[in-house]
Amino acid sequence: MTNGLAEQDLVGQRLGLSRRAFMQLCTGVAATLGLGLSEGKVIAQAILSKRRPPVIWLHFAECTGCTESMLRSEHPALDRLLLELISLDYHETLFAGAGHQAEEARDASMAENKGKYVLVVEGAIPTAENGIYCKVGGKTALEIVRKCSEGAAAVIALGSCAAWGGMPSTGPNPTGCTGVAEILGKTVVNIPGCPPNPYNFLSTVIHYLTYGRLPELDAQGRPKFAYGRLIHENCERRPHFDAGRFAQQFGDDGHRQGWCLYKLGCKGPETYANCPSILFCDAGSGSWPVGTGHPCIGCTEKGIGFAKPIHALADLKFVGPIANSSRIVEPQGNGITVLTAAVAAGVAGVLVGAAAIKATQLSNEPHPEQEHSQKEEKP
Amino acid sequence: MSISRRAFLRATALTGAAASVVTAKAASAREPGAKTIPPNAPGMLFDSTLCVGCKACMTACREANGTHPEVTTKDALWDAPLDLSANTLTVIKAWSDGAAEHKDEETDGYAFVKKSCLHCVEPACVSVCPVSAMTKDANTGVVHYDPKACIGCRYCVAACPFGVPRFDYDKSIARLNKCQLCESRRAEGKITACAEVCPTGATLFGTVEELAAEADRRHRMKPGERAFFPRRTVNSGDTHEKQAPHYQARTYGVSEVGGTQVRLLSAVSYDKLGYPTLPDKPFVETAEEIQHSLYKGMIAPAVLFGILLILVKRAHDHRPPDARDLEGKDKR
Repeated sequence: MTNGLAEQDLVGQRLGLSRRAFMQLCTGVAATLGLGLSEGKVIAQAILSKRRPPVIWLHFAECTGCTESMLRSEHPALDRLLLELISLDYHETLFAGAGHQAEEARDASMAENKGKYVLVVEGAIPTAENGIYCKVGGKTALEIVRKCSEGAAAVIALGSCAAWGGMPSTGPNPTGCTGVAEILGKTVVNIPGCPPNPYNFLSTVIHYLTYGRLPELDAQGRPKFAYGRLIHENCERRPHFDAGRFAQQFGDDGHRQGWCLYKLGCKGPETYANCPSILFCDAGSGSWPVGTGHPCIGCTEKGIGFAKPIHALADLKFVGPIANSSRIVEPQGNGITVLTAAVAAGVAGVLVGAAAIKATQLSNEPHPEQEHSQKEEKP
Repeated sequence: MSISRRAFLRATALTGAAASVVTAKAASAREPGAKTIPPNAPGMLFDSTLCVGCKACMTACREANGTHPEVTTKDALWDAPLDLSANTLTVIKAWSDGAAEHKDEETDGYAFVKKSCLHCVEPACVSVCPVSAMTKDANTGVVHYDPKACIGCRYCVAACPFGVPRFDYDKSIARLNKCQLCESRRAEGKITACAEVCPTGATLFGTVEELAAEADRRHRMKPGERAFFPRRTVNSGDTHEKQAPHYQARTYGVSEVGGTQVRLLSAVSYDKLGYPTLPDKPFVETAEEIQHSLYKGMIAPAVLFGILLILVKRAHDHRPPDARDLEGKDKR
């Protein structure tokens, strides 16, 4: 009990949360990660006992939407967690300080925590003309990201821009905007989205904090717990797709009734993300693009988001013939049952038997002509 | 009856020969494929490579024609008709091979195909209908069905090479049903329900001419290149962009059994999709040639009747004497 009380004090002091709220958060994170409920306890212990990892957060060619998205999450008070769970040593938007002092603080933190800090990159990195299109403190984004990644324990590319170039890399891309992974040429956790869901980021960080390693990643460097399934698979409008009910245009009857948005250009069938499952902003059901009536634009998928026109039709992935599809030749009827087989066999047996008996009788009967001649002979 | 076997065979052969002479003459006089599609006749173009199997057409068809969902699965949740029926006027069928992983490929692939009336230029169902319940509209070429005239003989069901008209075996009063290209919607100036809702433009409505031109345009596309595909109608302006597929060399329905007003495009061979390889000459034409020429000028019946007369006369002349006596007694 004393341990529990101490824990509660610690939670109260450090995070400003009740123990219940804290445990709820940890269990929620475990659920987002696809772990068992008991893992929530492990996560809670890790958060409380381990040293807060230093985080260096860089901004490049972007709109700061990812940070804004982070700041608006209340699950509970993610901003508190960001500031108190981790040691945020450098973040241009949240920093009170500015200028060369701030740059020096970053360099000092990096030197002190070499090999221990987590590097978060927000925004694409312009590469054209040696990266002169984005400079912070007189240094190009290219130089900064390369330097900062050298001593980083893990690199997280937050948002579509950092993941593969995102919106700034849309053709003709005069600044040569590129994703972090491509520039560094090493494993980078991509959390794409425009903006990405804050809980996917938080869960990745807590996974790292708890287990000391990154969560399992897919071929594009995205955590599988969040980007393992097509939006189409978990979409609340999916039954309408399966039943052939499509909104024909914005505002029509079908659209008002929440029918499938495939015809309006929804990229759900070719985009991997957990948007329909965890939603946005903790505002209840329907709080994600498709839920509000707008087709998914595929922002988490390279080559789809910011590349394909918003209202262009999606290419359906893995949507082949379903179990109840009518086949070209559809066998009908239920085939032969045991009862019909028995009746048929019985009838056949009777016929065969009768024929056999008749046949034996026929062979015993005298030939009609013989019979006739016998009769004639008698008198 | 005292007609000899020899005399009977001779008479039969004579009748047959007379009939075949008349037939041959009539056949040579008739031009194959003489019937044509009326100008501005409506039709549809179904492109299997665009179809994603979403069944929007089936749902819209139900609404437009007042048919009810057919529940065939165990969970009883989905409208999942197994085939066309008197209640289901269009159905999306799935073809698959092996692992069914790649769309529009013949090995380990899959494809969707739409089944509904093709509205033949020379419809077999119209030809065989003994009561003109099946009629072909002279202005539009649409094949109509009149349930009031129908006697339920199901000749049309047997005659259609595409298996389209379906008899309603559950009703005591004879009735069947088939697609009539949304007659009531067309009367309101609308297009067919299935083409209206198709999200990919796989089902396209239009005049046969413009659809034929559209099909030719698609045949000219380079496979793999980005191309635009119209939805609803050819000139709706509502298009979407997609990679051009490898189409089969020809459009199905241009020449099959004299041509159809609803046509198909596909990357997988039409045979696999349940659209059989058929001769250009309509079966109807052959059947009608034989039947019409047999009765041409009533020559064949007259010949047959003449032969019968001769046979009866001979039978009468050669009757045994006792039979004649019997006849005499009766008269008295």
